[in-house]
Amino acid sequence: MKDKVVQVKIVYYGPGRCGKTTNLEYINRTYRKQIVSDMVSLKTHGDRTLFFDFLPFDMGQIKGYDIKIQLYTVPGQVKYNATRKLVLRGVDGIVFVADAMEKQRAKNIRSLNQLHENLQSYKESIFKIPLVMQYNKVDLKEHGIPVLPTEVLRKDLNSKLKVPDFEASAITGYNVAATLKKIISSTVVSIQKKLL
Amino acid sequence: MNYGIVSQEQLEQIDQILTDKLIKLGVDCVIIIDMAGNIITAKDNGESKYDVYSFAALAAGNFATVDAMAKLVGEQEFSLLFHKGQESNIHFSKIDEELLLISMFGKDISLGFLRLNVVDVIEKIRQLWGKK
Repeated sequence: MKDKVVQVKIVYYGPGRCGKTTNLEYINRTYRKQIVSDMVSLKTHGDRTLFFDFLPFDMGQIKGYDIKIQLYTVPGQVKYNATRKLVLRGVDGIVFVADAMEKQRAKNIRSLNQLHENLQSYKESIFKIPLVMQYNKVDLKEHGIPVLPTEVLRKDLNSKLKVPDFEASAITGYNVAATLKKIISSTVVSIQKKLL
Repeated sequence: MNYGIVSQEQLEQIDQILTDKLIKLGVDCVIIIDMAGNIITAKDNGESKYDVYSFAALAAGNFATVDAMAKLVGEQEFSLLFHKGQESNIHFSKIDEELLLISMFGKDISLGFLRLNVVDVIEKIRQLWGKK
């Protein structure tokens, strides 16, 4: 909090192989000029996230405060819940990345339920924390891979939460920036409320 | 993260302690972070060019991992960590449940001397924190 800096922690959460790291990689490539530091990635040999990815960048000033955004991803695989919980510590905003592929339907729901439990262990609530939903991999439709329609995903994941949601394709970059902008703005608004 | 609010005055006093006790000793860079990976304050000798933000995120993760390991072997915690390299070393020490003090230093400072000073710094910071 020194030097009038506000640090904002945003975590990309979701089931294994849904594209959280791909989201961050796209952001890192596209906004290279604004990002001073390198992306930190802790991966296994099979290129899967082991601990977390970390991407810090500056967002300019709001009311004289420098906003530093820190993007994290969690490892998606089921067995790594202990690390997922560690990364969620002190989180300010969450992007839930869902995999739109038909066969991943159950995994999305399971992952969202676990997010709910993990947040509870930090006395946070999934209904209160800034959250944005992203239905990733919609581009697969063009390649003939069965993809769940957005209405189904919405009903599965967002019927109670009713948070802003986006169809996206992290690999092509479609709506990656839109998701990011939305979560930054809702997180910054919520932090402002807490500080006032 | 909720560890209360630190006043500008307290932060300046903490910075002063870090400068007097560690930077003047020859430590390259000192950072205080919280367990979520946010930087509370960072001081350096003006020469080191570390990416302190990435460092803080990794250090918090590292410490959390070690903490989990401690629980596995039945320890309450491992309150300090030391990484030794050819040219530079890193020393981590827990201030309290939420805060971590990280010192990066070269080969010309002895570990023992650094540890004595770190203990002193932590004691002083705790007193300051207690006063709020």
